[in-house]
Amino acid sequence: MDLLEYQGKELFARHGLPVPKGVHASTVDAAVTASETLGYPVAVKAQVLIGGRGKAGGIKIAQDSTEAHEYAGEIIGMDIVGPHGEGPFKVHELWVEAGSEIESEFYASVILDRSAKKLMVMLSRMGGMDVEAIAASDPEALVKQHVDPITGLGEDEARQIAARAKIPEQVAGEVANVLVQLVEVAQAEDATLIEVNPLIVNSDGEVILLDAKVTIDGNSLYRHPELEELPESADQDPQEAMARERGLTYVSLDGNIGILGNGAGLCMSTLDVVAQAGGRPANFLDAGGGSKAEAIIDALEVITSNPEVSAILFNIFGGITRCDEVARGIIEATGKIGLELPLVVRLDGTNSEEGLALLAEAGLSNLHHEATMLGAARKVVELAGN
Amino acid sequence: MSIIIDNDTKLVVSGLTGREGSFHGLRNRDYGTQLVAGVTPGKGGQDVEGTPVFNTIAESVDEAGANTSMIFVPAKFAAAAINEAIDSGVETVIAITEGIPVMDMLPTYWKAREKGVRLIGPNCPGVLSPGKANVGIIPAQFFDQGRIGVVSKSGTLTYQIGNELKQAGEGNSTIVGIGGDPIVGSDFIDILTLFEADDETDMIVMVGEIGGDAEEKAAEFIAAEISKPVVAYIAGFTAPPGKQMGHAGAIISGSSGTAQAKQEALEAKGVRVGESPTEAAQIAVEILGSL
Ligand SMILES: Nc1ncnc2c1ncn2[C@@H]1O[C@H](COP(=O)(O)OP(=O)(O)O)[C@@H](O)[C@H]1O
Ligand SMILES: [Mg+2]
Repeated sequence: MDLLEYQGKELFARHGLPVPKGVHASTVDAAVTASETLGYPVAVKAQVLIGGRGKAGGIKIAQDSTEAHEYAGEIIGMDIVGPHGEGPFKVHELWVEAGSEIESEFYASVILDRSAKKLMVMLSRMGGMDVEAIAASDPEALVKQHVDPITGLGEDEARQIAARAKIPEQVAGEVANVLVQLVEVAQAEDATLIEVNPLIVNSDGEVILLDAKVTIDGNSLYRHPELEELPESADQDPQEAMARERGLTYVSLDGNIGILGNGAGLCMSTLDVVAQAGGRPANFLDAGGGSKAEAIIDALEVITSNPEVSAILFNIFGGITRCDEVARGIIEATGKIGLELPLVVRLDGTNSEEGLALLAEAGLSNLHHEATMLGAARKVVELAGN
Repeated sequence: MSIIIDNDTKLVVSGLTGREGSFHGLRNRDYGTQLVAGVTPGKGGQDVEGTPVFNTIAESVDEAGANTSMIFVPAKFAAAAINEAIDSGVETVIAITEGIPVMDMLPTYWKAREKGVRLIGPNCPGVLSPGKANVGIIPAQFFDQGRIGVVSKSGTLTYQIGNELKQAGEGNSTIVGIGGDPIVGSDFIDILTLFEADDETDMIVMVGEIGGDAEEKAAEFIAAEISKPVVAYIAGFTAPPGKQMGHAGAIISGSSGTAQAKQEALEAKGVRVGESPTEAAQIAVEILGSL
């Protein structure tokens, strides 16, 4: 789960880390009121789940209420495309915060290094630019250090990291403290990524976390009720939102072939095989062990709520899941939601013969059975059209 | 010989008194696995269809001779159960539980390494040595006994490939589900090492997916250390970056962890990669025939 900048900063503030004072606003008027309360200059910042907002024009410094009004109006409703072409993300909310006078910009992050099976701290005195750009332009300037999984990051060690990154002496102690605390925040809040870019020194010599990019491990939310209750970003994909409410594992894609598979691996593989057959998958949906009619109704309702979908592929390899149960679910679900789109079904594995017999008996005119995954992929591509 | 589990496996199941734990634990017993104990704190002295239940894993080691532990405990308590298993004296811990927070798994991973206990999973379907033992939720009917070792991040994809091998008349020495989480106890490299040393394994099928760099590291390792033929399949070529595709670990971050990069890394080291599970199985059958 990715946090918006302001949510990340609120998290930092709860842990006593220094962030600018700010106010959340979703209208121009609210942004102006917030600016007046904070006092000028203020930074008016687009809240979308992507970096590079500054370059894209989603961050402006307002010196007075006229500017605050003007910038808030420009930024709300704007589409922001990420540095790697992600999005576009439409701006629905703003974070208005006290403007800082920036003396220097550093880069600090804590990430889960899957390869090393440890947390890794990164620090650079070249902040404000993309970390990949730092690494490319001057690899020496990006200091990386793994965190001991048992003892964590000690103060002395953090000091050494700051020294290696050539952080100026006057603020090195403060920056080291921030690193130690960021590791503690990652551990306490189950964050697999915390990126602060820039970490600044202002004209008063204070160290401040000016940006926040935080990813929380979705498996840990049961122990972070305050994060679980955060409002969802308004720019959510409607099918993904609907699927989440129903507890389905669903990802929207931009094609026209609805996909339902069982098991994450088989489902990913189904997307690939459909693409190889020349088709464009509309989604990833892992039905897991959910073979019961209700689960299939839920899944089909989500898939068909996407108006792009023109045909659906069911790829089931029953292990513990029994194919006769899946077949019953398909028959009941198509009846209940009045599904008319072509439905290609591949049922293999446990009780597949019983399942196929049930489907044949039901005689659904829009249902096509295929024996193999490849055959099913080709069939659904043919039926879906372009 | 097979790897990890065999006729000498003496299994203790943490969570045997739960619904899932008893269903799968007893299925494993029906398959022929020696199920010697269950563990549920506070339920010591009871039994599940004749299998004794202990309060702790250590007691099951002392009193029932358990040497392999299976963890079927809800995610909230699973890391603690794995830690208990690591300290109990068993040699192998197989963790089926899905949804364990990664911050819990980091210290647990290192604890297992330090104590020299083999940890498989979490978020995995378990291990099956056809004809010998089954520990986990792998449906054994789709696999025959044979000479192909399988190591995979995904359950259903493994069943798909195993079944295709079976239909082609081939079978498996051992099937190992390593799990789909970002941090798992054993990676491809650990299992490839075991298959390389196993005299009942002639070749290996490796099933990977997007996320992390375990496949890339395996490619390097295969080139340097593995003499047996390896065939691979990778899922997730159509996955968009930044989206978690079902498994907690199946996510492309920025430009790293793509299926394309994994395929290229493997092919660069001479590992053939099937375009589909079917093709991977066909290549495996072809190679085995030529050995
Ligand atoms: N509160 C602020 N005061 C002054 N300048 C700011 C403030 N917030 C952001 N900026 C400037 O805007 C740049 C981009 O902001 P940041 O929050 O890092 O967004 P992004 O990384 O998405 O572009 C910063 O590097 C900084 O120069
Ligand atoms: Mg930034």
